[in-house]
Amino acid sequence: MENSTKIEIRDLNVYAGKTQILRNINIDIPRNKITVILGPSGCGKTTLLKCLNRLTDLYPELKVTGQIVIDGKNILAAREDIYKLRQQMGLLSQRPYPLPMTIYNNISYALKLRGIKNRREVHKLVMHYLQQANLWDEIRDRLREPASRLSIGQQQRLCLARGLAVNPEIILADEPTSALDPISSQVIEESFLKLKNDYSIVLVTHVLRQARRIADNVVFMYLGDVIEQGTVQEVFENPKMEKTKLYLGGTFN
Amino acid sequence: MTRAQKTEEKFFKLLMIIATYFIFAVLALIIYSIFEKGIKAISWAMLTQIPQGGYYYGKEGGILNAILGSLSLAFGATVLAFVIGLPVALYLNVFLIRHKKVIDVIRFLLDLVWGIPSIVYGAFGFSLMIFFRLQTSLLAGILTVTLFILPIMIRSMDEILRTVPIGLQEAAYSLGSNKSEIAFKIFTRQSISGIITAILLSFGRAIGDAAAVLFTAGYTDHLPNGLLEPVATLPLSIFFQLSSPVPEVQNRAYASALVLTLIILIVSLFSRGIGKRYHKTKINF
Repeated sequence: MENSTKIEIRDLNVYAGKTQILRNINIDIPRNKITVILGPSGCGKTTLLKCLNRLTDLYPELKVTGQIVIDGKNILAAREDIYKLRQQMGLLSQRPYPLPMTIYNNISYALKLRGIKNRREVHKLVMHYLQQANLWDEIRDRLREPASRLSIGQQQRLCLARGLAVNPEIILADEPTSALDPISSQVIEESFLKLKNDYSIVLVTHVLRQARRIADNVVFMYLGDVIEQGTVQEVFENPKMEKTKLYLGGTFN
Repeated sequence: MTRAQKTEEKFFKLLMIIATYFIFAVLALIIYSIFEKGIKAISWAMLTQIPQGGYYYGKEGGILNAILGSLSLAFGATVLAFVIGLPVALYLNVFLIRHKKVIDVIRFLLDLVWGIPSIVYGAFGFSLMIFFRLQTSLLAGILTVTLFILPIMIRSMDEILRTVPIGLQEAAYSLGSNKSEIAFKIFTRQSISGIITAILLSFGRAIGDAAAVLFTAGYTDHLPNGLLEPVATLPLSIFFQLSSPVPEVQNRAYASALVLTLIILIVSLFSRGIGKRYHKTKINF
């Protein structure tokens, strides 16, 4: 069992000033599976995701306590090399944020951070990651255009490709399809299903159908607490907690 | 809407329209009077010659000394202020992100020194010169004007860098970029057109100010001749010519003002051109 867990979250508490955003979170995130964090808006899903790659450092008002252990290392310990650590994780946010450069450079920038500078290799890998994100065929002739000219759905796939280009082990996705049209959403979901063989994926969503379609494991959160967690069958077909039943039944969201 | 609300709406709308057109009319009048008086006096000789003997009595010569003096002074000060100012603005927005109170204090202090009249900078520069036993010179002028435009440069770049969305920063951090990468690759690229505007604004202030250079840069009828020699500047040239009792010389003051205005116009257009070229990679959110 030990081996199959990629991320262990232990007694994680997050405070914003006097309000507590996350309360005693304990989650095991398995390797090479899609773990969906489910819950209504404002329940702390996004904050939880930001703890995982310590983007919480950017918000001085947030105080984080507890442990997040990835491959035996507590990443919340101050001495960890935060920049290396973030490269183990690709991030896909609610709406795409391409870097202010060309399409090509969005990927090659990530490669450079990884230390890959050889031009031929960069070239090969840019193509590889764009293919992996199902984007290559659409934009192969537009690589030198600014990334801002792509459609939102294409931008999001570019961000996925860029996230993959740092060669992470984990993909963190924060409602990555919420700003997208149905077709782009489907492409992203399909990419995730393909990618889970090589990556551990943590997906935050409030879309029940999406969770049911692609999740292996589900964590249900409500107002800063983890209410229930388990495999997708356990949580969806046989929820134990009253709140989970209500949420799945559509009583509140 | 009730009738009272409608009247109120009409009244304020009218007020805004009047204010807008009034200001526009005043600006147009200023530019018109500069052109009207300046065009008559301006000549090729004025742009290409230095003052000859008797220039200030209406005889031949020009203001090339002041044009070149002002350009070199403003250019030097703008470059220096940019080289110092950009790192400060980046430091505030990238490195101090966890220290909001420190940022607030620094911003407040910068806003405070922004408001200090340029004559005070002139006096300060003058006392520095005495301390270092410098005479009035291009160097002393550049240093004083740099101090004077630094708050403007820093705060206007700062305001632009502040608008870089947190999501973009998160995206860049999540790739493993360190803070200098974020500062120079992400912030500056995303804000390039605003940074150019900040440079332009500072250049305009630098070239147009008379008080800061009055004691520090001095004045000369010769062309700029090295950092340690005094230089002429357009604002002072306008001042001297306008104080002359000879009407032709007074008209030349307007011609000089016209030259100053045109320089600023050309610099604006040029910077906008550059800004547009880099603007296309900016991400609009």
